[in-house]
Amino acid sequence: MEYFFVLLLIVLAVVFVAGGLAASYMVAPHKPGRIKSISYECGEKPIGPAWIQFNVGYYLFALLFLIFDVEAAFLYPWAVVLREVGLAGLIEAGIFILILVLGLAYAWKKGVLEWV
Amino acid sequence: MDLIYTMTTSAAATDVITLADRASAAVDTNIWLSILYMVLALVSIGALTAVLGIVLIYAERKIAGHFQCRLGPMRVGPHGILQTVADTLKLLLKEDVVPASADKAMHFAAPLMSLMATVLVLGVIPYSPILQVTDVNIGILYVTAVSGLGVMGILLGGWSSNNKWSLVGGMRAAAQMISYEISATLSVLVMVLFASTLSLNGIVQSQESGWWIWRAHGTGLVAFVIFIIASTAEINRTPFDIPEGESELTGGFHTEYSGLRFAFFFLSEFINMFAASAIAATLFLGGWMPFYIEGFETFNKITSLLPPTLWFLGKTAFLIFIFMWFRWTFPRLRVDQLMRLEWKILLPIGFINLIAAAVIVLTKFYFFPV
Repeated sequence: MEYFFVLLLIVLAVVFVAGGLAASYMVAPHKPGRIKSISYECGEKPIGPAWIQFNVGYYLFALLFLIFDVEAAFLYPWAVVLREVGLAGLIEAGIFILILVLGLAYAWKKGVLEWV
Repeated sequence: MDLIYTMTTSAAATDVITLADRASAAVDTNIWLSILYMVLALVSIGALTAVLGIVLIYAERKIAGHFQCRLGPMRVGPHGILQTVADTLKLLLKEDVVPASADKAMHFAAPLMSLMATVLVLGVIPYSPILQVTDVNIGILYVTAVSGLGVMGILLGGWSSNNKWSLVGGMRAAAQMISYEISATLSVLVMVLFASTLSLNGIVQSQESGWWIWRAHGTGLVAFVIFIIASTAEINRTPFDIPEGESELTGGFHTEYSGLRFAFFFLSEFINMFAASAIAATLFLGGWMPFYIEGFETFNKITSLLPPTLWFLGKTAFLIFIFMWFRWTFPRLRVDQLMRLEWKILLPIGFINLIAAAVIVLTKFYFFPV
């Protein structure tokens, strides 16, 4: 039942957005035009599409994020039961975190964290 | 099981009944009552979304005005309180322009996804012991996961518009939000360590004899500061508003959005601010728990005169005010400064703080008895 309400909220969000847009569709004017539907570039004529290759720096940060976010997801259950698993748990999580921090230090040394 | 652990779990003295609990209790005996609770949940969250949007945007403009020695909106209604209503109506009546080269389906899905992520977070926030839609047992993990969906909405919006400003804004937003999410998660983990539960209501109840921000022996305060900085970045507010910095990107990811679609992006941004403040209040400032001091019974009686909902709203409103205050105090960061702050300053501090908190939890070296 807990998650059924989550499902209900998803439905609510869809209804909220779709309903709003439907209401807007009924009352708002529609006068499409060729020039009006050009992408906005502050009055300049857009040259080429925007779906192009972009800075690889974003990709590097996305990789780093993936590593550390998955790590954090692994640490959640550990954080909940730390009082039961005690010192052994702390040491094991410490080793786990240490490995990732070493990875961060390596990335730092290699200059991945510099934005260019 | 040691003493502290038993005491934290037994702190669940106040009865907590969520709407989901009521509905599942009634589902066998009276199906209509159960459905009534579901409708109540939908209506209340829907109304909350709309009302929060109206109130927060008004508050933002009014506070901005007074920070700059202006009056802010004054014309529509007494002291301009109906300004946001008028603006919403105006956006409803505006033409919905979608660029011809855009990916139509994704262009529609982006604001939907943004709003969905925020509405899903609203559902699990404990507003008071009896005011909560559903208390999922993985509470705070759920919040982290769902609010991560918001990034998808913004990235989609930026990409699907097929506009260079939008693309740059969307990519910047994604890079910034995922980076700061790590710091936010690390500071959340500190609170999970102390509370020993993921359920948001459980976390609130573990703060019955004191809020974690000052009971967690310094680590709570550090985690709170990191969480506030990271949340400011995650909700794209100044000083971390480079994804939509209007002086360089016109509108960032929502350049090509007009009419009500733009309104949905805007709405989810403001609701996100509320959600971030509410989560921060729940984790660090005791949620709906009044301010208690162990041993001062008379003082505790006086503070519990205020209803829990008011305590919760008061703390949340205070944090929202801080976010709005930031906007008129700090200049915008550059992209490289932003990345340096996260990866070279906040992340190492977050790791050290997490280990320190784990040691404190294990040695039971608490400021005040749990």
